[in-house]
Amino acid sequence: MTERAMRLVGNRPPQVQARERVTGEAQYVDDLAIPGLWHGVTLRSPIARGRIVEIEPDPDFDWSRVVLVDARDLPGRNVLPLILDDQPVLAEREIRHPFEPVMLIAAPDRALALEARNRLNLRYEAKPIAVEISDALEARVKVFGEDNVFKQIDIAKGDLEAGFAAATIELERDFWTGPQEQLYMEPQGMIAAWEGDQLVLRGSLQCPYYVQAAARAVFGLEPEQVRVIACELGGGFGGKEEYPSLLAVHAALLARKAGRPVKMVYDRAEDMQATTKRHPSQTRIRAGIDAEGRLTALAVDLVLDGGAYCTLSPVVLSRAVLHAGSAYACPNVAVRGRVVATNTPPNGAFRGFGAPQALFAMETMMDLLARAAGLDPLEMRRRNALRAGDETSTGQVLEQAAAADVLERAAEAADFRARRELYDRPQTGSIRRGIGLSLIMHGCGFTGAGESRLKGRLTLDLDARGEQLLVQVRTGSTDMGQGMRTTFKQLAAEILGLELDEVEVAAQDTALVPDSGPTVASRTLMIVGGLVARAARQALTSLGLEEGAGAEALRLALAGRGRLEIEEVHEPPATLFDEDHYRGQAYPSWGYACTICEVEVDMTTFEPRIVDVVTCQDVGRAIHPGIVEGQIQGGIAQGLGYAAFEEVQMHDGAMVNANFNRYIVPTAMDLPPIRVLLHESGQGAGPFGAKGIGEMPVDGAAPAYVSALAQALRTSFRELPVTPEAIAESFLRPRPGKADA
Amino acid sequence: MKVSFRLNGETRSIESAPLDRLLDVLRRDLGLTAAKEGCGEGECGACSVFLDGVLVCSCLVPMAQVRGRSVETLEALTRPGAPLHPLQRLLIETDGSQCGFCSPGMIMAGVDYMRRLARGEVEDDHEARLRAIAGNICRCTGYTKIVEAIDRAIEEAGP
Ligand code: FES
Ligand code: FES
Repeated sequence: MTERAMRLVGNRPPQVQARERVTGEAQYVDDLAIPGLWHGVTLRSPIARGRIVEIEPDPDFDWSRVVLVDARDLPGRNVLPLILDDQPVLAEREIRHPFEPVMLIAAPDRALALEARNRLNLRYEAKPIAVEISDALEARVKVFGEDNVFKQIDIAKGDLEAGFAAATIELERDFWTGPQEQLYMEPQGMIAAWEGDQLVLRGSLQCPYYVQAAARAVFGLEPEQVRVIACELGGGFGGKEEYPSLLAVHAALLARKAGRPVKMVYDRAEDMQATTKRHPSQTRIRAGIDAEGRLTALAVDLVLDGGAYCTLSPVVLSRAVLHAGSAYACPNVAVRGRVVATNTPPNGAFRGFGAPQALFAMETMMDLLARAAGLDPLEMRRRNALRAGDETSTGQVLEQAAAADVLERAAEAADFRARRELYDRPQTGSIRRGIGLSLIMHGCGFTGAGESRLKGRLTLDLDARGEQLLVQVRTGSTDMGQGMRTTFKQLAAEILGLELDEVEVAAQDTALVPDSGPTVASRTLMIVGGLVARAARQALTSLGLEEGAGAEALRLALAGRGRLEIEEVHEPPATLFDEDHYRGQAYPSWGYACTICEVEVDMTTFEPRIVDVVTCQDVGRAIHPGIVEGQIQGGIAQGLGYAAFEEVQMHDGAMVNANFNRYIVPTAMDLPPIRVLLHESGQGAGPFGAKGIGEMPVDGAAPAYVSALAQALRTSFRELPVTPEAIAESFLRPRPGKADA
Repeated sequence: MKVSFRLNGETRSIESAPLDRLLDVLRRDLGLTAAKEGCGEGECGACSVFLDGVLVCSCLVPMAQVRGRSVETLEALTRPGAPLHPLQRLLIETDGSQCGFCSPGMIMAGVDYMRRLARGEVEDDHEARLRAIAGNICRCTGYTKIVEAIDRAIEEAGP
């Protein structure tokens, strides 16, 4: 931490590209004008599992006007490389999920491409399917291996049975969460062009180097032969982490065969049906507490539905099991996590990445335990919150833990205790009220040894050869609305003593920027931002300057050599976390958040209304408080959508409500102002003590909402989402297993 | 068919099929890409424009309906050298635009509300302001900062 008063860190300068965004000048992939561009579409499987018998082209259609691609057009192996290399680029004979891509069609205009797609008749033989987690576990239908388990992870600490023996209250409950659609407002889109032997990919994507790796593997190319450019991004939320690799390869196959650039932009229905979602989950928790209400034993059995291919599911599972105990101290813990295969489209990255599922279960369990112990939810958490010096389930000793701080600050701001008591009194009118809270922690950055493998890189370039000093930050991290460019400029300018407009962030183009690792896992500010700060300090040191030196001093110091390029690499020791036994430091920093939600339910219509949301989040340090608040508000809105509105309706493994009309996300009328308290402990692993904040806000919203609803209706809910229908049903016809009092 | 209409104050005459969507004609044929396609079904508001001064989803408007009428897009709000519309400026100041994909439509909806307010057509209150943008989905912000920007823009405009 610097002693100097900060000029830019903590300010709210206008964001990079903000002007372009509000004038409509910002260039998203579908806004690019590229001459000679053709349009690509995808023929997809109508069934969840089976065998392709034949694809018959309609003889009455003029096929010379379009280009068709199938698996035979692949230059090498038909595999999209990721963790298990199990997903084909295009289905060849076997179909394993609905909407699986089978063929690609390109034409000079989209209407013609769609017309051609309609003239292809896909004949198939359907086979029995497994679409629920329970089907997968029964393993009568084998989607993956013999038992349908992609990955299992176990965590064990202490002596579980001794812990249960010491408990005065023991409860066991099941919890379920459904899929959730990322619903970035800009659908997936990619433009591929072959320029000589170089493939140029422009798209809506979070991770340029993931796309490069996939295209290199499929086409057998060298790194410099695949240039990936991230356009202005219309939202990602994880949905544009791994999926764009598949889309890029599809567009590139069409472009190669058509001999011209090809654009593929999904329409909304296709985007919702075919691309990844948040993993559905099923969790059984058995927990014991002693006479003081303190956890003595915790056993969690969590299963995620990975869908038909593995994609990133093992990593999602890892985060889920590491968050299974939420922000509480417990000496005896056993967590078993499995991710299983079903015949649904692969599930994948979505903000929170396994944590929201685990935390919904654990937080709701804490409310049930509190009720059994006669404690209110706040007191229950006070007694169990992790404190500095405590140990997590993997034995990570916390140097800092702000769980109790954020809990108290949020509770005070929301007047939690008084309102909880008020709503505990008998309610009789047509409007019933409740207030609930959640306390969670979220691991910032890649899990365990992930960062050691990634070795994220960043370059800082100082150039004093021209009239003006040019300072450029070069990073492969992308800006999907989370303000990376603005924040990185603030960091570099703060340390170098420059004005914001004296620093620029290079375009996210693999020809210009190094691989900083993927833009995921709340790691961009904390890890890559840390490299910005390190590079800036390194530049000052090698020029013999003090922090905050300023443009004049930098120019003078650079006069001799003209230019200075600093490359920083993030290489933490791989020994901090033992991946075989899940022991040690799972994350470099944990963030802590308490979220409080107040609801009203109209007892005539069973319509719930969210009337107040207050949250206090430990962000370490807010480099740009406006961006941080926006991340928190937006994340909470997504978490409330997950809890209250967003129901993916599935039939035989396929989403059947794939539009905005029937998949309901919160509108301005559904949400109150979201009140944010920033807790700046200054103790994160990132620059100036910052922590990653991208995902944490999603985690606690759903359990807080459900807790409030449970109080209002004098019941409990253990399944997400809680739709108005579910509320009515629980009230009119309590179902054992899904809701209990 | 030939369609003549006013676009951002100028008369335009273009060749188009009667069922071509106004959104496609703007984006593809006329290079005006501020209006975005978020759903293509009139459910997200990203494609909002004014047709004869009335806010519409341009993804639902066939060109046959545009003949002889007047279309105004977000591009009309930003003339070179002129200051931004207050709502645009405030969306920047409040950090109410994150990924920005909803922003063009959101601004059009907010401007529509402010214009109706100025014409005395709406009873202004908090609910009415929320209703004005309820047809515009934003997945990034949770709306808090967008509503703040609208509140401040209305306050600045005065009674
Ligand atoms: S694109 Fe027109 S309303 Fe969504
Ligand atoms: S800012 Fe991204 S959808 Fe609104």
